[in-house]
Parts: sequence; C-alpha cells; structure tokens
Amino acid sequence: MFEAASHQFIQPAVTPELVAAHGLSTDEYEKIIKALGREPNYTELGVFSVMWSEHCSYKSSRYYLKNLPTEGRHVLQGPGENAGVVDIGGGLAVAFKMESHNHPSFIEPYQGAATGVGGILRDIFTMGARPLASLDSLRFGAIDHPRTRYLLSGVVAGIGGYGNCIGVPTLGGECYFDECYNANILVNAFTLGLVKKNRIFTGIARGTGNPVIYVGSKTGRDGIHGATMASESFSEEKEQRRPTVQVGDPFTEKLLLEACLELMEKDFIIGIQDMGAAGLTSSSTEMAGRGGAGIELELSAVPLREKGMTPYEILLSESQERMLLVGRRGTESEIKKIFEKWDLDAVVIGEVTDDQQFRALWQKHEVARIPIRALTKDAPAYQRPATRPVYQEQVQQFDLAKLKEPGDLNAALKQLLGAPNIASKEWIYRQYDHYVRANTVIAPGADAAVIRIKGTHKGLALTVDGNSRYCYLDPYVGGVLAVAEAARNLACVGARPIGLTDCLNFGSPENPEVMWQFAQVIQGMRSACLALNVPVVSGNVSFYNETDSVPIYPTPTIGMVGLIEKIDRVVTPWFKASGDIVVLLGRTREELGGSEYLKWLHGVTRGTPPWIDLKMESAVQRCCTEAIEQEVLCSAHDVSDGGMAVALAECCIGGEKPLGVRIESREMIRGDALLFSESQSRIIVSLKEENLDKLREIAARHNVPMQAIGTVGGPRFIFEPLVQVSVEELKGIWSTGLTSRLK
Amino acid sequence: MRWGVITFPGSCDDHDVIDCLKTDLGQKVKVLWHKDELAGNFDCIVLPGGFSYGDYLRCGAMARFSPIMRGVMKFAQSGGLVLGVCNGFQILCESGLLPGALVRNTGLRFICQPVHLRVEETDAPFTSNLKKGQLLRMPVKHGEGCYYADAKTLESLRKNRQILLRYVDAKGKPTATANPNGSVENIAGICNQARNVFGLMPHPEDACSALLGSEDGAKLFMSIAAACAVRVSPHV
Repeated sequence: MFEAASHQFIQPAVTPELVAAHGLSTDEYEKIIKALGREPNYTELGVFSVMWSEHCSYKSSRYYLKNLPTEGRHVLQGPGENAGVVDIGGGLAVAFKMESHNHPSFIEPYQGAATGVGGILRDIFTMGARPLASLDSLRFGAIDHPRTRYLLSGVVAGIGGYGNCIGVPTLGGECYFDECYNANILVNAFTLGLVKKNRIFTGIARGTGNPVIYVGSKTGRDGIHGATMASESFSEEKEQRRPTVQVGDPFTEKLLLEACLELMEKDFIIGIQDMGAAGLTSSSTEMAGRGGAGIELELSAVPLREKGMTPYEILLSESQERMLLVGRRGTESEIKKIFEKWDLDAVVIGEVTDDQQFRALWQKHEVARIPIRALTKDAPAYQRPATRPVYQEQVQQFDLAKLKEPGDLNAALKQLLGAPNIASKEWIYRQYDHYVRANTVIAPGADAAVIRIKGTHKGLALTVDGNSRYCYLDPYVGGVLAVAEAARNLACVGARPIGLTDCLNFGSPENPEVMWQFAQVIQGMRSACLALNVPVVSGNVSFYNETDSVPIYPTPTIGMVGLIEKIDRVVTPWFKASGDIVVLLGRTREELGGSEYLKWLHGVTRGTPPWIDLKMESAVQRCCTEAIEQEVLCSAHDVSDGGMAVALAECCIGGEKPLGVRIESREMIRGDALLFSESQSRIIVSLKEENLDKLREIAARHNVPMQAIGTVGGPRFIFEPLVQVSVEELKGIWSTGLTSRLK
Repeated sequence: MRWGVITFPGSCDDHDVIDCLKTDLGQKVKVLWHKDELAGNFDCIVLPGGFSYGDYLRCGAMARFSPIMRGVMKFAQSGGLVLGVCNGFQILCESGLLPGALVRNTGLRFICQPVHLRVEETDAPFTSNLKKGQLLRMPVKHGEGCYYADAKTLESLRKNRQILLRYVDAKGKPTATANPNGSVENIAGICNQARNVFGLMPHPEDACSALLGSEDGAKLFMSIAAACAVRVSPHV
C-alpha cells in the first residue's frame, strides 16, 4: 500500500480470478512465484502478464523461429532488436522491419492502422535510421461483406493520415480480399530506413548510474493491455474493446523523429527504444535485459496526461509517440536542450543499476521488484502440440478434368481482371504520399517499389508479398512460394535480394492444427531463404487471428529488400513500344490449384499450390536481373495471381498509354490453364528484337527455358487462338474493378 | 542567388527542396528555423510543404504565427521573392500574403498523383523563363488543395493576371477531370498583385530529376534564379 499524489492507491489483492483475468495460466503463475520467491503484488502481476503475453514473449513461436536462417555476409543486425540492419556498402546500411496491427485495426480501423504505421516508424528511427519508405500488406474479408468497405476505407485513410503527415512515403504494398478475413483483417506495416553503418543505435541499457530518460508524448490510460489483447482470439464481445486501441499523433511523432535523429548525431546516448507494446515495461526491461543490467524507475516522474494514474497503469500504458533512452551521465542537459528545441518533454525517470532487477518506485516507495531475467530470457517458451488438420488431405483433392472450361475465354479474362484481388489498387495508393523525400524511382503499382539512394548510383527495391490460399492448401509449399515470389518481384526491377522481414499471421497457437501450419510455413520459408540466399533479419508473429474458433488462412507476409547497383537501369513491368518482342522466361504447366481463376470464376479453393523447383526459381531470377543490368530488357513482369493472361494484360494496361500485344504460345495444355495457370518461376519480359540473342545467351547460361511468344503493338490484346479484346476495354475493367465494388 | 528554406515543426518537404536546390541545381541554400528571426540576405524564401503543427487546425493556421513569419512578411512587403509550396501556399494564404484559401479536396480524400500544369502568365519572376501555354508535369499530394476565392477576388486575380498555373489535361485543356481537387477555375498557383509572392499546390521539388520522372520542377526554380540574377533583393 502506498500513497499517490492525488489519491490513495491500494494494490488490490491477487486472487486466482485476477490471475486468470491477466491471461496467465496456473503453471505460469507458479513460475512467477518461483521467480520471485513469493507471491507477486498487483503491479507485478500486470508486468508479468504483458511481458509473458504471446505478443511480447513469442512463447509459442520461439521454438520454430529458430529454424529461420538469419545470418548473411551483409547482416549487421539480425532478429531480436527493434529492426534488422543490412550493410549496402559505401558506409551505409538499411534498417527494416514489418509489424502487424491486426486486432486494433479491426476494432477501430483508422486509429488501428495509423498507430501501426507509427509503431513501425519508431522501430526504424530508434535504430538511428531515417525512414525512407513504407509499404503495407492488407487483408480484408470478402469484397461484398458488409464491413469490408468501412474497414478498407478506414485502414487506408489511417495509413495515409499517419504516413503523409510524418513525411515518409508509402510506396504501396498489397491488398487482398477473402472471406477467411471477414472477422479478422490483417494490417501489416513495413518501413525501411537508411543509416550510416557506424551510427547504428540499439535498445540497450548499460553503465550503472546512467540516466533513464523518457521522451515524447505524455502517458495516458490508452492501450492498457494492448499486448494482452493481441494475444487473445476475438469473440463477439471483444469488439467492445475500443478503449484498448491507442490514438495516433503523427505530428508529435514527426517532432520525435527529427529530435531523435538530431540527438543521434551526438554522442550522448547509450541505447534507445520505442515504447510500443507493453509500453514502459517492455522498453525498460528489454533494454536492461540486452545490457545485462538492472533498471530502476521512479514512476511519479513520468509525464502524465491524466490525473490519478496508478503505477500499474503507468507501467502498462501503450500511449503512442514515446521513447525511452539511456543517456551518458552528465549529458542530461544537452539531451534536454535538443528535445526542447522540438517542443518535447524529456524527463529523467530512473537510472541503470547493477543488480539485474527491474525496480519500479512510486515516490521512492518500491511498488515492483522483479529479476530482469524472469521477464526476458526466462519468459515461458512452449513447444505446443502440432497436428496435421484432418481437412488437409481433402482440400488438396482436385480433379482438373472435371472442371468445365469456360466457353468464352474473353469473358473469363475480363472477369479476372476486374476481380478485386487483381484489379488496380490505385484507389488505395493514390491516398498515400509516395513522392515525399524525392527518392521515388518506381511508384506503387509495379512488382516492386524502387527508391534511389541520394549521393550514390544505387537504389533499393522493396516488396511485400504473400499468398494465403497457397498456405491453406499446403503450408510448407505456401511458405516457399511466399519467399520465392517476393524475391522474383525484386528481380523484375533488376534488384538482388539482401534480406527479408516477415509478419506471420496465424490463428490460435493453442490449436494444434494452427501450430502445425505455423511449423510447416516456417520450414517452407527456411527452404526458400536458403535456396535464394536471403537472410531473415527481423519480423513479427501475430497469433490469435481467429473468431469463435475459426482461424484465418495461415498468412505469412514477406517484406523483402533488394539492392540495385545502377539505379538508372531499372525497368518497370509495362510494355514500352510497338514492335518490341515479348518473351516468357520459365515454363507454363497445368497448375490451377489454389489459383485466383479457380476461386473467382468457379468459387473453388482446392487442389495443391503450383510446383516449384527452387534451383530453377533462382536461375530465372538471376537471368532476369542480369538481363536488366546489361540493359537488354525494356520491361519485366512477374507472372502470379491470374496467370500469364493477367500478367500480359497488366503489361499492356498498367503504364500511362495502353499498348496492345499479339501472343502465340505453343504450349499444348488446356486453354484456361494456359491463360490462368499460376505456375511459378515465370517472368514476362519485352525487348528490342536486336537484343534477343543477348537474352538467349544469358538464359542459356543460367539454363532457363525462354520462348519468344509475341510482339507488342496494335489496339488489341490478342492471345491466339483463345482471346481477343480491345486493350482500352481491359484497362477500363481493371481500373474500376475495385472502386466499382466500393460504391 | 541566395535561397532560404524554412523548417516549421511538421515540415516534410523541406529536405526535398534543400536537396534539389543544392544537388540537382547547384544553388546556395540556407536552412531557416521557424523559431528564429529572419536575418541575412536572401533572394528567395521558400515555405515548403508538409503538415506544419500537424495541421490539426486549418492548414497553415498555426505556422503563420511562427516568429520567422514576421521577417517573411516584411521581406515580402519590401519586394523579396517568397515561394510557398503546398503547405507553404496554405501558410501564405493564412497570413494574408496571398488572397483566397485552400479547402478540403472535393473528393474528400488525400490525393497523390502526377498532374499537368499550364503556364498562364510569364511576367512574374517565378515563370519568367517559361513560355505562356507551356505544359509542366509534377506531382500533387494533399488533402486540402482545393483553391477557393470569392467572385470579387477571382475577378481581381484574373484582371491582374495573378493566376500563374492551372491544372490541365495532357493536351493542355483545363477540363474538370484534369482538376484533381476541385479548385475554382482549375487554379494550381497564384501570385500576389506585386508579383513577388507565389503559392502553388504541386511540388516542383519532386520533379527535378529525370530519374524521378520529370525535370519540369527545375524549370520553375531556374526561372526564379534567372529572375534574381537581374533584380535587387531587399535586405531585412
């Protein structure tokens, strides 16, 4: 018991009901008692509950995440920090990460998405990196579900509202609709920043007596137990949880960003961390954990937005736009001066200690004392049971011979181009500032976004990708394909992958079938990462994406970054000029299992995802990149959702002026499969006829099958003998496919 | 040519203007802080884009009270060149240096896209190097870029030929579909009567390199530089 400034605060008694309400199991509570050597008090119980939540502790996923390859020649910082960092040469490095904000975005789409963006931005500038680009991977329910329009509008406005205001370009991403997300949407935000290799900061607390400094917004009651919410499934009544969603203030974050980067040019700080999930508690204990130190906080010094907040609330608040830093003793006034310039609070609220304890005081009276290890390294970790779902075998059964081929393939192509998953996403990215910072070489809408690196000839290509339908049908293959396609996207602009970050969105880990999916996806990702030589440098796991025990499809989202040595050589996916030759790299097979065609035209999600040979995948990618680097190609576009016909149509209509094409393919497979099969390891390129031999030479060297399939030109999209439509008409259908369904 | 670029709290495009002036155009630039008084010799002061003070109130309504704005007003009144881009245009309208106001886009959403602009007048320093009717291509990115002025103000804008840029289609026609935000008479940029203060919603600083898709923004900046080579700037 102790006195707060304005009211009496009595720590409520810790009862079994209170323990359960904090989401802790009986076993976990026993573990707490063992770690403390006594029963915890109310405040300590709150601290344990957030630090041992799935969201903060990764207790169900750690065992499997170990399997991901995280090392590479250029990796400067792997998983475990605020973001991963990769060396790009010339004394520069990039920091990047992706994070989910799924639950809050479903409850309050604008603020949920906005604060998701705010959180990932802080993760990046915490490392000392100037954020240069954001991407978002979005999943909504069926386009005609009554909530979809509201959620989509709110999420997009929230992402734009935050990113535009803080002045970091949002360079697109991806957006899919499927009924499996009707009650659990996914909002995964990715940000990349640029940092000098010798000025990377980490979240570490070291040096006994060094001050612990709180900067940024004041602390309010918003978001208390956000981390715990993210670690539970939804049920009808949880939608009532609006107060646990935080409210974003991008203006304050802009000030915080500029102030932190200014501070980082000096030598005043030891470590710095964003107060994200579990706020002050996680930032302080994780920093102390990494430094092998202890930390002592005087909670009555924390700047508060509301009166009468208890130590419990102060420790667990998830108010946005706050950072915790450990300064060098004696530089406090210098640090404060910088924050004053930007009109921000900077308050010393504690110091680093040498006892490896987390100690929280209220007006000098101790209110919590917990060994740091118990909250970090010794947090529970489970190897949860995993079993193959009973439906797995059944959903893979699919007999293509029994599927009736559409009589009118013109109509089929039109339908597919207007499908919300394939149609133009311009309505979305038009709401995002994608020019600010004046680096955007390839704007949203292409396979990958490209930015230049000022002062160099280099560029960076960025993509986010994932196909959950494949993962549902075969999570191992789905995991492979997610990584492979992200890397292929980069190859299509001429970039070589240097690292990836992931957001692993799944149902409840307590469901053995979900756990099996998780394990399989990780194994698949591992295989692809090794084959394509891409290390995983950061990431995030989001479990409990399920409502009333129905999980979403397993949805790993891959964010991948590629390096471009000569930025003026990049190409876009769109055809450039009449007379250019169209070439298909790779081979088309009768693979319609899990395809967009099967789903949108036949309403079927069955079969096995396309087959992949990772050696061939790697060869196709290298062939494409090399051809771009040698200035052989005019355009390159990955064949994915909707197959070759959709990819070709996009090449015709995605650019500023639509251009026709005439294709003659000699593959002897059924028509709908030739047009819409999603066979992997395929890229459509266009080039001047005089470069054809050069491409043949490169393809032969990599052992990549290539076939000249047609010529650019004319007003029509012609795929002999199956399809013949005007490109203007296709452009109209594709441009309005999404917006016409949102009215 | 001496440029001054002001950073307000929440300015986002200040770095873009500074970088393109220095790197792409080889200009001398001084970075100015909103809390300071305007001091020194300048030929052109730039108020960049962004979200000054978060624009939680009307856009630009807070920034006009920044200490540096006293000096900017004086500089403008003495004939110095002042350029406001996007949020800078909004601040110039709020501070009364330019007539009219910028309100919410008619589509009610933030828009980011490249637009075509037509040069309407060339007897202001900002467009002196360009040709009447010339088309420029650069991006717009704003939620509140719909230019509005009452009939009387519009009449005087027309009479004094203060409308320097209009949104047009690729063929140079000021059509409704070429107007991204619902601005009255497709107005994209105006100057004051004395022709030394210019505000525009599109972003020339994002169109100063072929790599980024357009160099037309550089034409505006170089127009200013050319004009300054033959005019005397006031000392504040």
